[in-house]
Amino acid sequence: MTANHSPASLHRRTSRAIVADRAATIVLWGTAAFVLLLLGTIILHFALAAWGVVSLGFIFGDPSDTALGGVFPVFWNSIYMLALTMLIAVPVGILGGIYMSEYARETGPLGLVTSAIRFAEEAISSVPSIVVGLFGLILFVDTFRWGFTALGGAFALTLFNLPLMTRLSEQALRAVPQDERQASLALGATKWQTIRHVVLPLAIPGLVTGVILTAGRVFGEAAVLLFTAGIGTPVHYDFANFNGFGLDFNSGWWHTSPWSPLRPATTLSVYIWKLNSEGLGAFKNQLADGSAAILIGMVLIFNLGARAVGRVLTRKLTAA
Amino acid sequence: MARLIAADRPSTLKVETGRLARIDVPMIVVFMAAASMIAIVVLLLLFISWQGIQLFVKDGYSPGTILSPTWDPLANTPAFGLLPFIAGTLVVTAGALLISTPLSVGLAAFLSEVAPNWARSVVQPALEIFVGIPSVVWGWLGLTTLVPFLSDTFSGPLVVSLPVVGKVFSMPGFLTGFSWLAGSLVLSVMILPTITSVSYDSFRAVPQELRTGSLALGTTRWQTIRHILIPAALPGILTAVVLGMTRAAGEALAVQMVIGNSPTLPAAITQPVTTLTSQITLDMGNTVFGEPWQDALWTMSLVLLVLSIASVVLVRLINKRRMPL
Amino acid sequence: MPTTATFPQPVIRRVEVGSSIVAEQAATAPADLKISTEHVSVKYSGKTAVRDVSLEIRERSILALIGPSGSGKSTFLRCFNRMNDLIPGATVEGEVCLDGEDIGDAGVSVVELRRRVGMVFQRPNPFPMSIYENVAYGPRRRGMNSRAQLDELVETSLKRAALWDEVKDDLRRKSGLALSGGQQQRLCIARVLATDPEVILMDEPASALDPVSTLRIEELMRELRENYTIVIVTHNMQQAARVSDVTAFFTMAEDRAGYLVEMGPTGRIFTRPAERLTEDYISGRFG
Repeated sequence: MTANHSPASLHRRTSRAIVADRAATIVLWGTAAFVLLLLGTIILHFALAAWGVVSLGFIFGDPSDTALGGVFPVFWNSIYMLALTMLIAVPVGILGGIYMSEYARETGPLGLVTSAIRFAEEAISSVPSIVVGLFGLILFVDTFRWGFTALGGAFALTLFNLPLMTRLSEQALRAVPQDERQASLALGATKWQTIRHVVLPLAIPGLVTGVILTAGRVFGEAAVLLFTAGIGTPVHYDFANFNGFGLDFNSGWWHTSPWSPLRPATTLSVYIWKLNSEGLGAFKNQLADGSAAILIGMVLIFNLGARAVGRVLTRKLTAA
Repeated sequence: MARLIAADRPSTLKVETGRLARIDVPMIVVFMAAASMIAIVVLLLLFISWQGIQLFVKDGYSPGTILSPTWDPLANTPAFGLLPFIAGTLVVTAGALLISTPLSVGLAAFLSEVAPNWARSVVQPALEIFVGIPSVVWGWLGLTTLVPFLSDTFSGPLVVSLPVVGKVFSMPGFLTGFSWLAGSLVLSVMILPTITSVSYDSFRAVPQELRTGSLALGTTRWQTIRHILIPAALPGILTAVVLGMTRAAGEALAVQMVIGNSPTLPAAITQPVTTLTSQITLDMGNTVFGEPWQDALWTMSLVLLVLSIASVVLVRLINKRRMPL
Repeated sequence: MPTTATFPQPVIRRVEVGSSIVAEQAATAPADLKISTEHVSVKYSGKTAVRDVSLEIRERSILALIGPSGSGKSTFLRCFNRMNDLIPGATVEGEVCLDGEDIGDAGVSVVELRRRVGMVFQRPNPFPMSIYENVAYGPRRRGMNSRAQLDELVETSLKRAALWDEVKDDLRRKSGLALSGGQQQRLCIARVLATDPEVILMDEPASALDPVSTLRIEELMRELRENYTIVIVTHNMQQAARVSDVTAFFTMAEDRAGYLVEMGPTGRIFTRPAERLTEDYISGRFG
């Protein structure tokens, strides 16, 4: 067995394995570069397409039949739907997250309930958004006889995004060290007091990040809204009009107050789809490009916002 | 001192509380919030199933209709064969997975094994922005850039002038650009972040000792990725692919905008096809509640619902059978 | 107990400890020299973990690196196959030579180096695949595809690692992870042997094992010494005394950097250490 000990130079000719390794390294770097390039191109594409279209007048102006006009009604609806949805989804999601993080048992009969909840969480996440939209159609529009309403859309969006909000909240709460809970419980605080005054405050950075990420998804969603909040033509909104606040379902769906949750509400994303599927106007492309650019801009804001807010809050809480 | 702890003294540790006070209100509230998701799933299944079976129960079509290739809702005896839509969904999804899986797993391997910190801190936020781009924006982008590009570049028959290969590839060229390929390409970009991030997590979960063990035997990094990490991360990668598949099969608007929506069986990747989601999107608003045409759309949504629940079960099976290595 | 007298006289030319120099001269043909290090220091992100170690290792001998934990033994061991390259922020200064060739040279293939300098880790780390595939892994990656050749290599490697008899019946069916801890470690040794190394580095190979498995590993090392140069890190002094020919004692300086205190034939180090620090450590007066 001395043959194998013959001195061999370490400076070996490049073997096939080493060539393959170099090639693979180049390919893997190339993959990453490709994805970055693609994203860069997309953002640049919309920046160029929106050049000369998107302006404050475009975002905050009323639509027009003869000129390019603005998209303010649909932009307002996007914001309005977002607020309405988050108003329902955030509390329910955080409360659900509290249950999953602080109370859920993994064993026994309650363990079965926990796994049923987890299964439901995964199931809703995997149901196509269009099917969730149809569910909203049959439940809110038809069964409840609301017609197409912002409220129905917001409920449909809520149930579609509840799993995400719940899971992100659960993760944020689970990230709070166990020691903090024990310290509080050892001082004689009840479980709820501990959650309320110790765990929740410490989880705020994670919760805020979760809220912003969920908001980003809600803001861009369209398929859920097609058949729940409706697809309409943007009209001028009169913000002094408060018609439709008697919760009067019988007066029909044509409430005209932009504040009313019982009116149809076409959002930016639904508007892009509408322009494509039935839009005939001369400015169809500019309107869609401009709307898409606004959506991408909002996505960037939501993403950077989630990061920045998360960082700032973490620093504040850990420094305090 | 022992006398003080007499048995007849009331315990100070057992606080007398009424029955009502013993009910843990916060727990009930948070439980209801979490359990609401079970209620949502049950309602969703009930409502969609009920609507979905009307085509068979009320309109008298046989369940075999699901697999019939003829879709003609305007004929004298309307035909509601769902096969073109199911097949379309399957092939468009398969195309997207074929394009996206190698790219995504490669990107995950890059992030986990190759990327220096600075590169990771650039690519990861980029992926998050990818996830955030709404599907209508992808559709609009595909419609205004990809579809014209395909049509301009590859119009006419795609005949390759080689003897044998030419025959195989002599498929019709893009007439308009609206096609199976356009749908698969748009979807592949949309599911890229999903497959990448789940695969990335499963690469990270492979114990460090396996990497050092392999490298210490004088193997290259690529050999270690190829022969140790990918096999060890396989259940996670499969999960990632199933999740990507679910997302692709359920995507509605982006696909609808670029595939051309022709309710026939898929013939070539250069030709228009249709999917379950895009037909629902197109027709739902143009049909009347209760007519067979709309009932057929509800049956499509039931098929989608069944597919998505099946994928959740599949993911669970993959992860349960994660072999004790 | 170790019969040091029959062991070949180790080669130690110069060992520097700070300013004092402990020199032990032994006349040897340079051909016997397998590894030498010159002023090797290792830093992790600027913090020195190992300072200025120079030593020489003779072919087909067992060198034990002993010393308290944190004294840089394992870090130093990883210099021999450049595993420190894998740790971000780690830098190695000085020169490590294998058969007179500087392994830190720009043109050196780390892959080839690690093939020739195998390593066994503290925790057994078999791959999640069959016993057969574990052993065949290295040769396969080097392009060996012949079934007959692989079969033979797997068998000889497992036999040399004293594992063959226990696993020969389900080589292909049983996962490497299904073995006991001691068997796993021998599998890892077989895996290294299959790549035909010249040097085997062992980083506390028995610290995670029970006493019986430990003894088997030690027996195995004595057998492997016939053909391989072995460097073992251990904090078990009895183990060092039982198996090694030469022992090097490391300790920590005040700035927590590890350094070599002294090195010599194992019998001498354990009976007549030259340094007070060594004596304190082996007699248990340390820490």
